[in-house]
Amino acid sequence: MKINCLAMILAGGQGSRLGPLTKNIAKPAVPFGGKYRIIDFPLSNCAHSGIERVGVLTQYRPFALHNYVGNGNAWDLDGRTGGVYILPPYASAHGADWYKGTADAIYQNLNFIEMSDPNYVLILSGDHIYTMDYSKMLDSHRRNKADATIAVIEVPWGEASRFGIMETDDDGRITKFVEKPKEPKSNLASMGIYIFSTAYLKRFLEEDAKDEMSEHDFGKNIIPEMLAERGRLFSYPFEGYWKDVGTIESLWQANMDFLAKRPPIDIGGEWRISSANQPVPPHYIGANAKVAQSIVNEGSMVFGAVEHSIISMGVRVDEGARVTDSVILPHAYIGAGAVVDHAIIGSRSVVSAGARVVGREDAIAVTGDGEEVLPETDERRQVG
Amino acid sequence: MRQKVNYVMGLVDLQQDSPLLGELTKRRTIASIPFAGRYRIIDFALSSMVNSGIRDVGILLPEKSRPILDHLRSGKDWDLARHHKGLAYLPPAQAEIGKRDGDIKNYYANLDFIEASLSDYVLLARADSVYNMDFNPILRFHQNTGADITMVVSPAAHDDPYRGIVVKMAANGLVEDIFVKPSLKKGDMRALGVYLSRKSDFCAGVRETYEHGGSDFRVDMVMKAFESKKIYAYEHKGFSRRICSMLAYYETNIAMLDPDIWYEMFMQEGRPIFTKAKDTAPVRYKESPRVVNSLVANGCEIAGTVENSVLFRGVKVEPGAVVRDSVIMQGSVIQEDARVRCVVCDKNVIISSGKSIEGAPTYPVFVGKNVRI
Repeated sequence: MKINCLAMILAGGQGSRLGPLTKNIAKPAVPFGGKYRIIDFPLSNCAHSGIERVGVLTQYRPFALHNYVGNGNAWDLDGRTGGVYILPPYASAHGADWYKGTADAIYQNLNFIEMSDPNYVLILSGDHIYTMDYSKMLDSHRRNKADATIAVIEVPWGEASRFGIMETDDDGRITKFVEKPKEPKSNLASMGIYIFSTAYLKRFLEEDAKDEMSEHDFGKNIIPEMLAERGRLFSYPFEGYWKDVGTIESLWQANMDFLAKRPPIDIGGEWRISSANQPVPPHYIGANAKVAQSIVNEGSMVFGAVEHSIISMGVRVDEGARVTDSVILPHAYIGAGAVVDHAIIGSRSVVSAGARVVGREDAIAVTGDGEEVLPETDERRQVG
Repeated sequence: MRQKVNYVMGLVDLQQDSPLLGELTKRRTIASIPFAGRYRIIDFALSSMVNSGIRDVGILLPEKSRPILDHLRSGKDWDLARHHKGLAYLPPAQAEIGKRDGDIKNYYANLDFIEASLSDYVLLARADSVYNMDFNPILRFHQNTGADITMVVSPAAHDDPYRGIVVKMAANGLVEDIFVKPSLKKGDMRALGVYLSRKSDFCAGVRETYEHGGSDFRVDMVMKAFESKKIYAYEHKGFSRRICSMLAYYETNIAMLDPDIWYEMFMQEGRPIFTKAKDTAPVRYKESPRVVNSLVANGCEIAGTVENSVLFRGVKVEPGAVVRDSVIMQGSVIQEDARVRCVVCDKNVIISSGKSIEGAPTYPVFVGKNVRI
């Protein structure tokens, strides 16, 4: 059955710069904001944008991600004809291959795209925090009669050399694309969100697959090839909150952003972010607890002091413990009298009574999933 | 033990009168009263069934069924949306059954459904109580004692102005006397509204009772059976409360502030209480709130003071507002410098700036749905 737009979420990355947080799970499955996981953002955006069929391409440590996404029910993406399709690498008559790059991952799933037979393919990544109406981007793609449309956001000039930078003409048509330029001539950064007309994409993917020199990457190979052939590539300017959470510091900072008086995204508002709900009760704040400037999720218990921090589901903060400027991931335990400051405490981590996990704003301390921190272990610093 | 209870079907009876709950049940049954921040009373009976392995559940619908249908929908959140078995809605008796008071007529009207089930046993639960119960030991008890009917009892936690069934039982659980008391005294072994029997016995009993003019399951069927059948009582040792009055509703909510009870009710491995899933953002605590000994559900925004209280989803406590010893339901707003103490606010109540309402621990003030004070 023909559909208009098929979304493909690239969720296979390891996210090695997130260090111990992605030892056991893929980056898109990393918890965020006390209740969510990173992949909730693109999935919720798809559901709100009217995109009913979504392929989720997985590769690295996929079990938690597969389990979490399930049949897509949490995002209302479990329709009879649509829904979520989990697409790990597979073996075929010609052998088996890992996904060798973002473009190769899509190439290896061309048969899935053909089965869906969409007019357009929307490529998303699973490592950004933002809300976006993809249907407006699709409108812009059609209005421009574009072959490809790339969402761009203005970044501070000083940071432009960290991004894929687009130069455009007055109509927004892309004239040049440079990956991480030393001397950027524009501050329009690619958000890693692409819409392609299907036949056009397919042609370039097939050519790219034959090129043994290619890294099979959208930013490095596919987009430059399209520009070289003078394709109609347009930018789609996005205004609003968009945060890459690829490093420990940026993940921490994005979490902290939600503690602002006016949070950057109204996460429970009309464009609400959905997540797979767990059957847990409201959280309990104990008789001697102190909680300020914080976000606290269901199923947690707070007996100590929590300030300017994020407490996820199932966390317990014991009496006398102090948690400041930190993100505590699900089911972690902060023992009595422990001190946690400028830190991300991994899922099911145990910070024993009296232990300290103290970082700095530019060197956030991290404990890995299930790690135990004892009082003897002095200040731990792990730079992401 | 899961597969064992597979041959038990559940019946959840929502058809209860509740004169002492007043406005709380004006538009809803006891089963659909919001409880403990995010639940409804029915969640406890239904989750206990599901966690015990029961996969075949009939919901005996009340007249005021909209809130419960909206809550349960397909049963998906309880894992009861299934191709085989799962949730079935059993509407109240139609006109051809004739006008008669009581619950028997509704069981009678749905006998065909119950008999068509492949289950060997029927577990009937009246959804007016809060507990987290494993029904497997009750099935084993029922089989070991050779009982015709097993009823679950627990000692009343306090004097209770509402009528209830009370039993006198032997050490082995055999019921030696069973009677209706117009009001309960603390410690009375009162029925928790959970009855287990063989399906064939249950259906025969319902048929016989109805056809002989009976109307009330407990009085006309269970108490009558006492003369000729073996009735055993199984004492539930865990936490349980019947929500039979405004005071009981208030006190049971406040009881959830005991971390041990909170844990027993909600956090036991493999025994969660399921409820309708909603995508509500986590709670936001503002600059300098003071929150102690409270349960706070997602979607709340807290800037003021909250003590010894239960806050449901999406409640706002503005700066300078004080909420003490209170139960505040979904979407209510306590505006700046307003004060409430020993109050039960129904959904979407607004307590305006500077206003103050105070009840007593033994007589909480109730503020009705959508009221602005």
